[in-house]
Amino acid sequence: MEQSWKQAKAVFATALSAPLVWLVLFFLIPLAIVWAYSFGHNEGLTQIAITGTFKNYARAIEPLYLKIFLKSAGVAALTTGLCLVVGFPVALAITFASQRAKTWLLLLIMLPFWTNLLIRTYALIAVLRNEGYINKGLEAGWNLAAKVMPLQPFQPLEMMHTNFAVIVGLVYVHLPFMVLPLYSALDRLDKSLLEASLDLGAGHMRTLFKVVVPLALPGIASGVLITFIPALGAYLTPDLLGGPDSQMIANVIERQFKRANDWPFGAALSFLLMYLTFVAIAVQALVSKGRKGATA
Amino acid sequence: MCLSPTLSIHPRGRSMTRKSPPGPLEYLRRWQMQAWLAAVGVFLYAPLIALMAFSFNDSRRNIVWKGFTLKYYDKAFNDSSLIEAFVNSLTIAALCTVLSVALGAMVALVLWRFRFPGKTVLDGALALPIVVPEICMGVAMLVFFAKVLPWPVGLPWPLNLGAITIAHVSFSFPFVAVVVRARMASFNREMEEAARDLGAGEWRTIWDVILPHMAPSLVAGALLAFTLSLDDFVITFFTAGPDTVTFPVKVYSMVRFSVTPEVNAASTILIVLTVILTAVALKLQGDPAGVAGHGDKA
Repeated sequence: MEQSWKQAKAVFATALSAPLVWLVLFFLIPLAIVWAYSFGHNEGLTQIAITGTFKNYARAIEPLYLKIFLKSAGVAALTTGLCLVVGFPVALAITFASQRAKTWLLLLIMLPFWTNLLIRTYALIAVLRNEGYINKGLEAGWNLAAKVMPLQPFQPLEMMHTNFAVIVGLVYVHLPFMVLPLYSALDRLDKSLLEASLDLGAGHMRTLFKVVVPLALPGIASGVLITFIPALGAYLTPDLLGGPDSQMIANVIERQFKRANDWPFGAALSFLLMYLTFVAIAVQALVSKGRKGATA
Repeated sequence: MCLSPTLSIHPRGRSMTRKSPPGPLEYLRRWQMQAWLAAVGVFLYAPLIALMAFSFNDSRRNIVWKGFTLKYYDKAFNDSSLIEAFVNSLTIAALCTVLSVALGAMVALVLWRFRFPGKTVLDGALALPIVVPEICMGVAMLVFFAKVLPWPVGLPWPLNLGAITIAHVSFSFPFVAVVVRARMASFNREMEEAARDLGAGEWRTIWDVILPHMAPSLVAGALLAFTLSLDDFVITFFTAGPDTVTFPVKVYSMVRFSVTPEVNAASTILIVLTVILTAVALKLQGDPAGVAGHGDKA
Protein backbone atom coordinates (compact mmCIF):
# COMPACT_ATOMS: atom_id res chain seq x y z
CA MET A 1 0.00 0.00 0.00
CA GLU A 2 1.15 3.45 -0.78
CA GLN A 3 1.60 5.73 2.12
CA SER A 4 0.16 9.23 2.33
CA TRP A 5 2.83 11.87 1.87
CA LYS A 6 1.80 13.42 5.19
CA GLN A 7 3.08 10.39 7.09
CA ALA A 8 6.67 11.06 6.17
CA LYS A 9 6.89 14.67 5.13
CA ALA A 10 10.67 14.94 5.49
CA VAL A 11 11.42 11.96 3.25
CA PHE A 12 8.76 13.00 0.77
CA ALA A 13 9.96 16.57 0.48
CA THR A 14 13.65 15.63 0.22
CA ALA A 15 13.16 12.94 -2.39
CA LEU A 16 10.73 14.97 -4.48
CA SER A 17 12.34 18.41 -4.46
CA ALA A 18 15.46 17.87 -6.56
CA PRO A 19 13.88 15.85 -9.41
CA LEU A 20 10.87 18.15 -9.50
CA VAL A 21 12.95 21.32 -9.65
CA TRP A 22 15.13 19.77 -12.36
CA LEU A 23 12.16 18.65 -14.43
CA VAL A 24 10.45 22.03 -14.24
CA LEU A 25 13.52 24.22 -14.64
CA PHE A 26 15.47 22.26 -17.23
CA PHE A 27 12.67 20.65 -19.20
CA LEU A 28 9.21 22.16 -18.81
CA ILE A 29 10.32 25.81 -18.82
CA PRO A 30 12.46 25.40 -21.98
CA LEU A 31 9.53 23.71 -23.73
CA ALA A 32 7.14 26.41 -22.50
CA ILE A 33 9.42 29.11 -23.93
CA VAL A 34 9.50 27.40 -27.32
CA TRP A 35 5.73 27.11 -27.16
CA ALA A 36 5.42 30.83 -26.37
CA TYR A 37 7.79 31.66 -29.24
CA SER A 38 5.54 29.80 -31.65
CA PHE A 39 3.03 32.61 -31.11
CA GLY A 40 5.53 35.39 -31.72
CA HIS A 41 7.52 37.03 -34.46
CA ASN A 42 11.07 38.27 -35.01
CA GLU A 43 11.68 41.86 -34.05
CA GLY A 44 15.09 42.91 -35.25
CA LEU A 45 17.86 40.34 -35.28
CA THR A 46 17.75 38.87 -31.80
CA GLN A 47 14.50 40.06 -30.23
CA ILE A 48 11.39 37.95 -30.39
CA ALA A 49 8.07 39.58 -29.60
CA ILE A 50 5.38 37.22 -28.34
CA THR A 51 2.22 38.69 -29.78
CA GLY A 52 -0.18 35.77 -29.69
CA THR A 53 -0.21 35.56 -33.47
CA PHE A 54 -1.12 32.37 -35.29
CA LYS A 55 0.83 33.49 -38.36
CA ASN A 56 3.55 30.88 -37.80
CA TYR A 57 1.06 28.05 -37.66
CA ALA A 58 -0.72 29.39 -40.74
CA ARG A 59 2.62 29.37 -42.55
CA ALA A 60 3.39 25.87 -41.30
CA ILE A 61 0.30 24.43 -42.96
CA GLU A 62 1.03 26.06 -46.30
CA PRO A 63 1.42 23.43 -49.06
CA LEU A 64 5.23 23.58 -49.01
CA TYR A 65 5.52 22.66 -45.33
CA LEU A 66 2.39 20.53 -45.23
CA LYS A 67 3.97 18.38 -47.91
CA ILE A 68 7.09 17.89 -45.78
CA PHE A 69 4.93 16.94 -42.78
CA LEU A 70 3.00 14.43 -44.86
CA LYS A 71 6.19 13.08 -46.37
CA SER A 72 7.81 12.68 -42.95
CA ALA A 73 4.74 10.84 -41.67
CA GLY A 74 4.76 8.67 -44.79
CA VAL A 75 8.45 7.84 -44.48
CA ALA A 76 8.03 7.07 -40.77
CA ALA A 77 5.02 4.87 -41.53
CA LEU A 78 6.87 2.99 -44.28
CA THR A 79 9.87 2.55 -41.96
CA THR A 80 7.60 1.22 -39.22
CA GLY A 81 5.89 -1.15 -41.65
CA LEU A 82 9.21 -2.51 -42.92
CA CYS A 83 10.53 -2.89 -39.37
CA LEU A 84 7.38 -4.83 -38.48
CA VAL A 85 7.71 -7.14 -41.49
CA VAL A 86 11.43 -7.70 -40.93
CA GLY A 87 11.26 -7.81 -37.16
CA PHE A 88 8.19 -9.98 -36.53
CA PRO A 89 9.78 -13.28 -37.63
CA VAL A 90 12.87 -12.38 -35.61
CA ALA A 91 10.75 -11.74 -32.50
CA LEU A 92 8.90 -14.99 -33.14
CA ALA A 93 12.15 -16.91 -33.49
CA ILE A 94 13.47 -15.45 -30.23
CA THR A 95 10.23 -16.29 -28.42
CA PHE A 96 10.34 -19.95 -29.37
CA ALA A 97 14.09 -20.38 -29.11
CA SER A 98 15.73 -22.41 -26.38
CA GLN A 99 16.87 -20.47 -23.33
CA ARG A 100 20.47 -20.42 -24.56
CA ALA A 101 19.66 -19.39 -28.11
CA LYS A 102 17.29 -16.74 -26.74
CA THR A 103 20.14 -15.12 -24.83
CA TRP A 104 22.33 -14.97 -27.91
CA LEU A 105 19.61 -13.77 -30.24
CA LEU A 106 18.64 -10.98 -27.85
CA LEU A 107 22.26 -9.96 -27.64
CA LEU A 108 22.45 -9.99 -31.44
CA ILE A 109 19.55 -7.55 -31.65
CA MET A 110 20.66 -5.42 -28.71
CA LEU A 111 24.27 -4.81 -29.61
CA PRO A 112 23.59 -2.47 -32.55
CA PHE A 113 21.00 -0.77 -30.35
CA TRP A 114 23.79 0.16 -27.94
CA THR A 115 26.11 1.30 -30.72
CA ASN A 116 26.27 4.99 -31.46
CA LEU A 117 23.60 6.15 -33.92
CA LEU A 118 26.02 8.36 -35.80
CA ILE A 119 28.48 5.51 -36.29
CA ARG A 120 25.75 3.21 -37.57
CA THR A 121 24.61 5.85 -40.04
CA TYR A 122 28.20 6.45 -41.08
CA ALA A 123 28.71 2.72 -41.62
CA LEU A 124 25.75 2.79 -44.01
CA ILE A 125 27.29 5.65 -46.00
CA ALA A 126 30.29 3.43 -46.65
CA VAL A 127 27.97 0.69 -47.89
CA LEU A 128 25.66 2.77 -50.05
CA ARG A 129 27.84 5.44 -51.66
CA ASN A 130 28.94 5.25 -55.29
CA GLU A 131 32.36 3.93 -54.27
CA GLY A 132 30.74 1.87 -51.51
CA TYR A 133 30.82 -1.83 -50.84
CA ILE A 134 27.64 -2.61 -52.78
CA ASN A 135 28.71 -0.74 -55.90
CA LYS A 136 32.26 -2.10 -55.76
CA GLY A 137 30.88 -5.60 -55.39
CA LEU A 138 28.49 -5.11 -58.29
CA GLU A 139 31.27 -3.62 -60.38
CA ALA A 140 33.51 -6.62 -59.80
CA GLY A 141 30.68 -8.96 -60.81
CA TRP A 142 29.91 -6.81 -63.84
CA ASN A 143 33.54 -6.79 -65.02
CA LEU A 144 33.68 -10.54 -64.63
CA ALA A 145 30.55 -10.90 -66.73
CA ALA A 146 31.93 -8.43 -69.28
CA LYS A 147 34.73 -10.86 -70.03
CA VAL A 148 32.34 -13.40 -71.48
CA MET A 149 29.80 -11.08 -73.07
CA PRO A 150 29.91 -7.55 -74.42
CA LEU A 151 28.59 -5.11 -71.81
CA GLN A 152 28.41 -1.35 -71.37
CA PRO A 153 30.91 0.11 -68.88
CA PHE A 154 29.64 -0.29 -65.32
CA GLN A 155 27.35 2.45 -64.02
CA PRO A 156 27.24 2.62 -60.22
CA LEU A 157 23.79 2.53 -58.64
CA GLU A 158 22.96 5.95 -57.23
CA MET A 159 21.83 5.01 -53.75
CA MET A 160 23.25 7.74 -51.53
CA HIS A 161 21.29 10.98 -51.20
CA THR A 162 18.04 9.34 -52.20
CA ASN A 163 14.82 8.50 -50.38
CA PHE A 164 15.84 4.87 -50.68
CA ALA A 165 18.94 5.49 -48.57
CA VAL A 166 16.88 7.32 -45.96
CA ILE A 167 14.41 4.44 -45.66
CA VAL A 168 17.22 1.85 -45.45
CA GLY A 169 18.93 3.99 -42.80
CA LEU A 170 15.77 4.43 -40.74
CA VAL A 171 14.97 0.70 -40.85
CA TYR A 172 18.56 -0.12 -39.94
CA VAL A 173 18.51 2.16 -36.92
CA HIS A 174 14.99 1.43 -35.69
CA LEU A 175 14.78 -2.35 -36.10
CA PRO A 176 15.71 -3.10 -32.44
CA PHE A 177 13.01 -0.65 -31.30
CA MET A 178 10.49 -2.93 -33.00
CA VAL A 179 11.91 -6.36 -32.18
CA LEU A 180 12.28 -5.90 -28.42
CA PRO A 181 8.66 -4.87 -27.64
CA LEU A 182 7.36 -7.50 -30.08
CA TYR A 183 9.41 -10.13 -28.29
CA SER A 184 8.17 -9.09 -24.87
CA ALA A 185 4.56 -9.25 -26.16
CA LEU A 186 4.97 -12.63 -27.88
CA ASP A 187 6.79 -14.08 -24.91
CA ARG A 188 3.73 -13.46 -22.75
CA LEU A 189 1.39 -15.39 -25.07
CA ASP A 190 -0.06 -18.68 -23.89
CA LYS A 191 1.76 -21.17 -26.12
CA SER A 192 -0.92 -23.82 -25.66
CA LEU A 193 -3.29 -21.70 -27.74
CA LEU A 194 -0.88 -21.96 -30.66
CA GLU A 195 -0.52 -25.69 -30.19
CA ALA A 196 -4.29 -26.03 -30.04
CA SER A 197 -4.64 -24.10 -33.28
CA LEU A 198 -2.02 -26.28 -35.00
CA ASP A 199 -3.54 -29.47 -33.61
CA LEU A 200 -6.95 -28.49 -34.87
CA GLY A 201 -5.57 -28.31 -38.38
CA ALA A 202 -4.79 -24.66 -38.98
CA GLY A 203 -1.54 -24.07 -40.85
CA HIS A 204 1.31 -21.94 -39.54
CA MET A 205 0.27 -18.88 -41.51
CA ARG A 206 -3.34 -19.20 -40.47
CA THR A 207 -2.33 -19.66 -36.82
CA LEU A 208 -0.11 -16.63 -37.12
CA PHE A 209 -2.78 -14.34 -38.50
CA LYS A 210 -5.80 -15.73 -36.63
CA VAL A 211 -4.25 -16.45 -33.23
CA VAL A 212 -0.85 -14.86 -32.68
CA VAL A 213 -1.43 -11.45 -34.25
CA PRO A 214 -4.79 -10.74 -32.56
CA LEU A 215 -3.47 -11.79 -29.16
CA ALA A 216 -0.25 -9.83 -29.55
CA LEU A 217 -1.99 -6.75 -30.93
CA PRO A 218 -1.32 -4.48 -27.92
CA GLY A 219 2.37 -5.42 -28.09
CA ILE A 220 2.43 -4.86 -31.84
CA ALA A 221 0.77 -1.47 -31.31
CA SER A 222 3.38 -0.43 -28.78
CA GLY A 223 6.20 -1.66 -31.03
CA VAL A 224 4.71 0.36 -33.88
CA LEU A 225 4.50 3.44 -31.67
CA ILE A 226 8.02 3.11 -30.30
CA THR A 227 9.35 2.83 -33.85
CA PHE A 228 7.12 5.46 -35.42
CA ILE A 229 7.84 8.31 -32.99
CA PRO A 230 11.63 8.45 -33.33
CA ALA A 231 11.37 7.77 -37.08
CA LEU A 232 9.00 10.72 -37.46
CA GLY A 233 11.40 13.05 -35.69
CA ALA A 234 14.56 11.62 -37.26
CA TYR A 235 17.18 14.22 -38.01
CA LEU A 236 20.51 12.53 -38.56
CA THR A 237 19.48 9.85 -41.08
CA PRO A 238 17.86 12.17 -43.65
CA ASP A 239 20.59 14.73 -43.04
CA LEU A 240 23.47 12.36 -43.82
CA LEU A 241 21.90 9.83 -46.18
CA GLY A 242 19.22 11.90 -47.87
CA GLY A 243 19.36 14.35 -50.74
CA PRO A 244 17.66 17.73 -51.09
CA ASP A 245 14.31 16.10 -51.78
CA SER A 246 14.43 13.69 -48.85
CA GLN A 247 14.48 16.23 -46.05
CA MET A 248 12.19 15.46 -43.16
CA ILE A 249 10.47 17.76 -40.70
CA ALA A 250 13.33 17.68 -38.18
CA ASN A 251 15.73 18.97 -40.84
CA VAL A 252 13.40 21.86 -41.60
CA ILE A 253 13.16 22.70 -37.90
CA GLU A 254 16.94 22.64 -37.57
CA ARG A 255 17.29 24.99 -40.52
CA GLN A 256 14.82 27.48 -39.05
CA PHE A 257 16.75 27.59 -35.80
CA LYS A 258 20.31 27.46 -37.05
CA ARG A 259 20.47 28.96 -40.52
CA ALA A 260 17.25 30.85 -41.30
CA ASN A 261 17.21 32.29 -37.76
CA ASP A 262 13.41 32.26 -37.77
CA TRP A 263 12.86 30.92 -34.27
CA PRO A 264 9.12 31.61 -34.02
CA PHE A 265 8.43 29.65 -37.19
CA GLY A 266 10.78 26.85 -36.13
CA ALA A 267 9.02 26.79 -32.76
CA ALA A 268 5.64 26.42 -34.46
CA LEU A 269 6.96 23.55 -36.62
CA SER A 270 8.48 21.78 -33.65
CA PHE A 271 5.24 22.05 -31.67
CA LEU A 272 3.28 20.69 -34.63
CA LEU A 273 5.69 17.73 -34.57
CA MET A 274 5.03 17.31 -30.84
CA TYR A 275 1.27 17.38 -31.40
CA LEU A 276 1.64 14.72 -34.11
CA THR A 277 3.62 12.61 -31.61
CA PHE A 278 0.90 13.00 -29.01
CA VAL A 279 -1.77 12.03 -31.54
CA ALA A 280 0.22 8.86 -32.29
CA ILE A 281 0.42 8.07 -28.56
CA ALA A 282 -3.31 8.70 -28.13
CA VAL A 283 -4.13 6.37 -31.04
CA GLN A 284 -1.95 3.66 -29.51
CA ALA A 285 -3.63 4.13 -26.12
CA LEU A 286 -7.04 3.78 -27.80
CA VAL A 287 -5.97 0.61 -29.61
CA SER A 288 -4.75 -1.11 -26.45
CA LYS A 289 -7.74 0.15 -24.46
CA GLY A 290 -10.11 -1.12 -27.13
CA ARG A 291 -8.36 -4.48 -26.94
CA LYS A 292 -8.78 -4.65 -23.18
CA GLY A 293 -12.47 -3.73 -23.53
CA ALA A 294 -12.95 -6.48 -26.12
CA THR A 295 -11.38 -9.22 -24.02
CA ALA A 296 -12.85 -8.17 -20.68
CA MET B 1 15.94 -18.12 -14.16
CA CYS B 2 16.59 -21.79 -14.74
CA LEU B 3 18.70 -22.53 -17.77
CA SER B 4 17.99 -26.24 -17.87
CA PRO B 5 17.11 -27.38 -21.38
CA THR B 6 14.54 -29.79 -20.03
CA LEU B 7 12.35 -26.78 -19.27
CA SER B 8 11.81 -26.50 -23.00
CA ILE B 9 8.34 -25.35 -23.92
CA HIS B 10 7.88 -28.04 -26.52
CA PRO B 11 6.60 -31.11 -24.76
CA ARG B 12 6.98 -33.25 -27.86
CA GLY B 13 10.53 -32.15 -28.58
CA ARG B 14 11.76 -32.99 -25.11
CA SER B 15 12.43 -36.67 -25.41
CA MET B 16 13.41 -36.72 -29.06
CA THR B 17 16.89 -36.83 -30.46
CA ARG B 18 18.47 -33.90 -32.30
CA LYS B 19 17.76 -35.38 -35.71
CA SER B 20 13.99 -35.34 -35.25
CA PRO B 21 11.96 -33.04 -37.48
CA PRO B 22 11.24 -29.65 -35.90
CA GLY B 23 8.34 -29.66 -33.45
CA PRO B 24 5.32 -27.57 -34.32
CA LEU B 25 6.55 -24.53 -32.40
CA GLU B 26 10.28 -24.93 -32.90
CA TYR B 27 10.39 -22.11 -35.35
CA LEU B 28 14.09 -21.64 -34.86
CA ARG B 29 14.76 -25.06 -36.38
CA ARG B 30 13.03 -24.30 -39.66
CA TRP B 31 15.35 -23.33 -42.48
CA GLN B 32 13.14 -20.43 -43.62
CA MET B 33 13.45 -18.89 -40.17
CA GLN B 34 17.18 -19.52 -40.05
CA ALA B 35 17.61 -17.90 -43.45
CA TRP B 36 15.58 -14.89 -42.31
CA LEU B 37 17.61 -14.53 -39.12
CA ALA B 38 20.85 -14.82 -41.07
CA ALA B 39 19.72 -12.13 -43.49
CA VAL B 40 18.76 -9.80 -40.63
CA GLY B 41 22.09 -10.53 -38.97
CA VAL B 42 23.98 -9.65 -42.14
CA PHE B 43 21.90 -6.47 -42.53
CA LEU B 44 22.63 -5.38 -38.95
CA TYR B 45 26.28 -6.37 -38.74
CA ALA B 46 27.86 -6.26 -42.21
CA PRO B 47 28.11 -2.44 -42.32
CA LEU B 48 29.66 -2.28 -38.84
CA ILE B 49 32.09 -5.13 -39.46
CA ALA B 50 33.12 -3.66 -42.80
CA LEU B 51 33.69 -0.33 -41.11
CA MET B 52 35.88 -1.92 -38.45
CA ALA B 53 37.80 -4.05 -40.96
CA PHE B 54 38.59 -1.14 -43.25
CA SER B 55 39.94 0.95 -40.40
CA PHE B 56 43.01 -1.33 -40.73
CA ASN B 57 43.25 -0.87 -44.48
CA ASP B 58 46.40 0.77 -45.78
CA SER B 59 44.68 2.91 -48.37
CA ARG B 60 42.87 6.22 -48.39
CA ARG B 61 40.40 5.06 -51.01
CA ASN B 62 39.26 2.70 -48.38
CA ILE B 63 37.41 0.11 -50.44
CA VAL B 64 40.25 -1.87 -52.00
CA TRP B 65 42.31 -3.83 -49.50
CA LYS B 66 45.94 -2.71 -49.65
CA GLY B 67 47.31 -4.32 -46.52
CA PHE B 68 47.14 -4.09 -42.75
CA THR B 69 48.06 -0.88 -40.98
CA LEU B 70 47.52 0.81 -37.63
CA LYS B 71 48.44 4.26 -38.91
CA TYR B 72 44.87 5.57 -38.77
CA TYR B 73 44.69 4.64 -35.12
CA ASP B 74 47.95 6.44 -34.64
CA LYS B 75 46.45 9.45 -36.42
CA ALA B 76 43.24 9.29 -34.41
CA PHE B 77 45.20 9.09 -31.13
CA ASN B 78 47.33 12.04 -32.16
CA ASP B 79 44.40 14.17 -33.28
CA SER B 80 44.13 16.43 -30.26
CA SER B 81 40.69 17.79 -31.18
CA LEU B 82 39.35 14.25 -31.55
CA ILE B 83 40.82 13.21 -28.20
CA GLU B 84 39.43 16.33 -26.57
CA ALA B 85 35.97 15.58 -27.98
CA PHE B 86 36.23 12.01 -26.76
CA VAL B 87 37.27 13.07 -23.25
CA ASN B 88 34.43 15.63 -23.24
CA SER B 89 31.93 12.93 -24.16
CA LEU B 90 33.13 10.55 -21.46
CA THR B 91 33.13 13.32 -18.84
CA ILE B 92 29.62 14.43 -19.75
CA ALA B 93 28.43 10.81 -19.73
CA ALA B 94 29.98 10.24 -16.28
CA LEU B 95 28.50 13.41 -14.78
CA CYS B 96 25.15 12.70 -16.43
CA THR B 97 25.15 9.17 -15.03
CA VAL B 98 25.74 10.29 -11.44
CA LEU B 99 23.10 13.01 -11.55
CA SER B 100 20.55 10.91 -13.48
CA VAL B 101 20.83 7.97 -11.13
CA ALA B 102 20.38 10.21 -8.08
CA LEU B 103 17.41 12.12 -9.53
CA GLY B 104 15.84 9.06 -11.13
CA ALA B 105 16.07 6.99 -7.96
CA MET B 106 14.61 9.82 -5.88
CA VAL B 107 11.62 10.40 -8.12
CA ALA B 108 11.04 6.66 -8.51
CA LEU B 109 11.05 6.29 -4.72
CA VAL B 110 8.50 9.10 -4.34
CA LEU B 111 6.19 7.69 -7.01
CA TRP B 112 6.44 4.15 -5.68
CA ARG B 113 6.08 5.00 -2.03
CA PHE B 114 3.68 7.89 -1.66
CA ARG B 115 0.16 8.94 -2.42
CA PHE B 116 -0.02 12.69 -2.97
CA PRO B 117 -2.02 15.28 -4.86
CA GLY B 118 -0.66 15.83 -8.35
CA LYS B 119 0.85 12.37 -8.63
CA THR B 120 -0.71 11.70 -12.04
CA VAL B 121 0.56 15.04 -13.30
CA LEU B 122 4.09 14.29 -12.12
CA ASP B 123 3.89 10.85 -13.69
CA GLY B 124 2.83 12.36 -17.01
CA ALA B 125 5.42 15.12 -16.89
CA LEU B 126 8.12 12.55 -16.19
CA ALA B 127 7.12 10.57 -19.27
CA LEU B 128 7.45 13.68 -21.47
CA PRO B 129 11.25 13.67 -21.90
CA ILE B 130 10.97 10.05 -23.05
CA VAL B 131 8.37 10.72 -25.75
CA VAL B 132 9.17 14.25 -26.93
CA PRO B 133 11.06 14.08 -30.26
CA GLU B 134 14.77 14.71 -29.85
CA ILE B 135 14.74 17.64 -32.22
CA CYS B 136 12.07 19.45 -30.14
CA MET B 137 14.10 18.93 -27.01
CA GLY B 138 17.21 20.10 -28.86
CA VAL B 139 15.64 23.39 -29.87
CA ALA B 140 14.16 23.84 -26.38
CA MET B 141 17.66 23.52 -24.92
CA LEU B 142 19.08 25.87 -27.56
CA VAL B 143 16.50 28.52 -26.69
CA PHE B 144 16.87 27.98 -22.93
CA PHE B 145 20.62 28.35 -22.90
CA ALA B 146 20.52 31.26 -25.34
CA LYS B 147 17.82 33.31 -23.63
CA VAL B 148 17.25 32.21 -20.02
CA LEU B 149 20.49 30.80 -18.72
CA PRO B 150 23.35 31.85 -20.98
CA TRP B 151 26.13 29.47 -19.99
CA PRO B 152 29.28 31.53 -19.39
CA VAL B 153 31.95 31.02 -22.04
CA GLY B 154 35.55 30.27 -21.17
CA LEU B 155 34.86 28.43 -17.91
CA PRO B 156 37.57 25.97 -16.89
CA TRP B 157 36.98 22.36 -17.92
CA PRO B 158 34.72 20.56 -16.99
CA LEU B 159 32.49 23.47 -15.94
CA ASN B 160 32.25 24.54 -19.60
CA LEU B 161 30.38 21.28 -20.25
CA GLY B 162 27.62 22.29 -17.82
CA ALA B 163 24.97 23.16 -20.40
CA ILE B 164 25.35 19.87 -22.29
CA THR B 165 25.39 17.90 -19.06
CA ILE B 166 22.18 19.57 -17.87
CA ALA B 167 20.50 18.77 -21.18
CA HIS B 168 21.64 15.14 -21.01
CA VAL B 169 20.41 14.70 -17.44
CA SER B 170 17.00 16.08 -18.46
CA PHE B 171 16.43 13.31 -20.97
CA SER B 172 18.27 10.54 -19.07
CA PHE B 173 16.86 10.60 -15.57
CA PRO B 174 13.27 9.71 -16.53
CA PHE B 175 14.66 6.51 -18.10
CA VAL B 176 16.45 5.70 -14.85
CA ALA B 177 13.19 6.36 -12.98
CA VAL B 178 11.34 3.88 -15.23
CA VAL B 179 13.93 1.16 -14.63
CA VAL B 180 14.02 1.73 -10.85
CA ARG B 181 10.24 1.79 -10.58
CA ALA B 182 9.97 -1.50 -12.44
CA ARG B 183 12.40 -3.02 -9.96
CA MET B 184 10.58 -1.63 -6.92
CA ALA B 185 7.37 -3.35 -8.02
CA SER B 186 8.92 -6.58 -6.75
CA PHE B 187 9.76 -5.17 -3.32
CA ASN B 188 8.19 -6.95 -0.39
CA ARG B 189 6.71 -4.29 1.84
CA GLU B 190 6.86 -6.59 4.84
CA MET B 191 10.64 -6.22 4.84
CA GLU B 192 10.25 -2.53 5.37
CA GLU B 193 7.67 -3.07 8.12
CA ALA B 194 9.99 -5.55 9.79
CA ALA B 195 12.79 -2.98 9.74
CA ARG B 196 10.48 -0.39 11.25
CA ASP B 197 9.30 -2.80 13.92
CA LEU B 198 12.89 -3.54 14.80
CA GLY B 199 13.42 0.13 15.45
CA ALA B 200 14.91 1.50 12.24
CA GLY B 201 13.95 5.05 11.44
CA GLU B 202 12.63 6.33 8.13
CA TRP B 203 16.07 7.11 6.67
CA ARG B 204 17.69 4.04 8.09
CA THR B 205 15.02 1.87 6.43
CA ILE B 206 15.61 3.52 3.07
CA TRP B 207 19.37 3.14 3.35
CA ASP B 208 19.51 -0.43 4.71
CA VAL B 209 16.44 -2.11 3.24
CA ILE B 210 15.11 -0.26 0.20
CA LEU B 211 18.39 0.79 -1.40
CA PRO B 212 19.91 -2.71 -1.42
CA HIS B 213 16.78 -3.97 -3.17
CA MET B 214 17.02 -1.09 -5.63
CA ALA B 215 20.74 -1.67 -6.34
CA PRO B 216 20.53 -3.82 -9.52
CA SER B 217 18.19 -1.31 -11.11
CA LEU B 218 20.55 1.50 -10.17
CA VAL B 219 23.34 -0.30 -12.03
CA ALA B 220 21.07 -0.87 -15.02
CA GLY B 221 19.90 2.75 -14.90
CA ALA B 222 23.47 3.99 -14.68
CA LEU B 223 24.50 2.02 -17.76
CA LEU B 224 21.43 3.24 -19.58
CA ALA B 225 22.11 6.88 -18.69
CA PHE B 226 25.77 6.49 -19.68
CA THR B 227 24.90 5.01 -23.07
CA LEU B 228 22.12 7.52 -23.74
CA SER B 229 24.50 10.38 -23.00
CA LEU B 230 27.39 8.95 -25.01
CA ASP B 231 25.05 8.26 -27.90
CA ASP B 232 23.28 11.57 -28.09
CA PHE B 233 23.94 13.69 -31.12
CA VAL B 234 20.93 15.90 -31.83
CA ILE B 235 20.45 17.51 -28.42
CA THR B 236 24.20 18.07 -28.00
CA PHE B 237 24.37 19.51 -31.50
CA PHE B 238 21.97 22.25 -30.40
CA THR B 239 23.47 22.79 -26.95
CA ALA B 240 27.19 22.66 -27.70
CA GLY B 241 29.21 25.81 -28.18
CA PRO B 242 32.22 26.00 -30.48
CA ASP B 243 34.61 25.10 -27.64
CA THR B 244 32.52 22.26 -26.22
CA VAL B 245 32.56 19.65 -28.94
CA THR B 246 31.59 16.07 -28.07
CA PHE B 247 32.67 12.94 -29.86
CA PRO B 248 29.50 12.43 -31.95
CA VAL B 249 29.45 16.11 -32.92
CA LYS B 250 33.11 15.92 -33.92
CA VAL B 251 32.58 12.74 -35.94
CA TYR B 252 29.58 14.40 -37.58
CA SER B 253 31.70 17.30 -38.78
CA MET B 254 34.33 14.85 -40.08
CA VAL B 255 31.73 12.67 -41.83
CA ARG B 256 30.24 15.65 -43.61
CA PHE B 257 33.43 16.03 -45.63
CA SER B 258 34.10 12.46 -46.61
CA VAL B 259 34.44 8.85 -45.58
CA THR B 260 37.96 8.52 -44.20
CA PRO B 261 39.92 5.79 -42.43
CA GLU B 262 40.47 8.11 -39.44
CA VAL B 263 36.73 8.20 -38.83
CA ASN B 264 36.65 4.41 -39.22
CA ALA B 265 39.38 4.10 -36.61
CA ALA B 266 37.66 6.47 -34.19
CA SER B 267 34.32 4.68 -34.71
CA THR B 268 35.94 1.30 -34.14
CA ILE B 269 37.29 2.50 -30.81
CA LEU B 270 33.80 3.58 -29.75
CA ILE B 271 32.21 0.33 -30.96
CA VAL B 272 34.76 -1.68 -28.98
CA LEU B 273 34.03 0.48 -25.93
CA THR B 274 30.31 -0.20 -26.39
CA VAL B 275 30.86 -3.94 -26.65
CA ILE B 276 32.96 -3.87 -23.46
CA LEU B 277 30.28 -1.86 -21.65
CA THR B 278 27.61 -4.32 -22.80
CA ALA B 279 29.71 -7.24 -21.59
CA VAL B 280 30.12 -5.53 -18.21
CA ALA B 281 26.38 -4.91 -18.09
CA LEU B 282 25.66 -8.57 -18.83
CA LYS B 283 28.11 -9.70 -16.15
CA LEU B 284 26.55 -7.41 -13.58
CA GLN B 285 22.99 -8.26 -14.53
CA GLY B 286 23.47 -11.98 -14.98
CA ASP B 287 20.45 -12.30 -17.22
CA PRO B 288 20.81 -10.68 -20.65
CA ALA B 289 17.05 -10.71 -21.07
CA GLY B 290 16.97 -8.26 -18.20
CA VAL B 291 19.30 -5.88 -20.00
CA ALA B 292 17.36 -6.36 -23.20
CA GLY B 293 14.38 -5.08 -21.29
CA HIS B 294 15.75 -1.58 -21.81
CA GLY B 295 14.45 -1.87 -25.32
CA ASP B 296 10.86 -1.37 -24.28
CA LYS B 297 11.78 1.54 -22.09
CA ALA B 298 9.92 4.12 -24.12
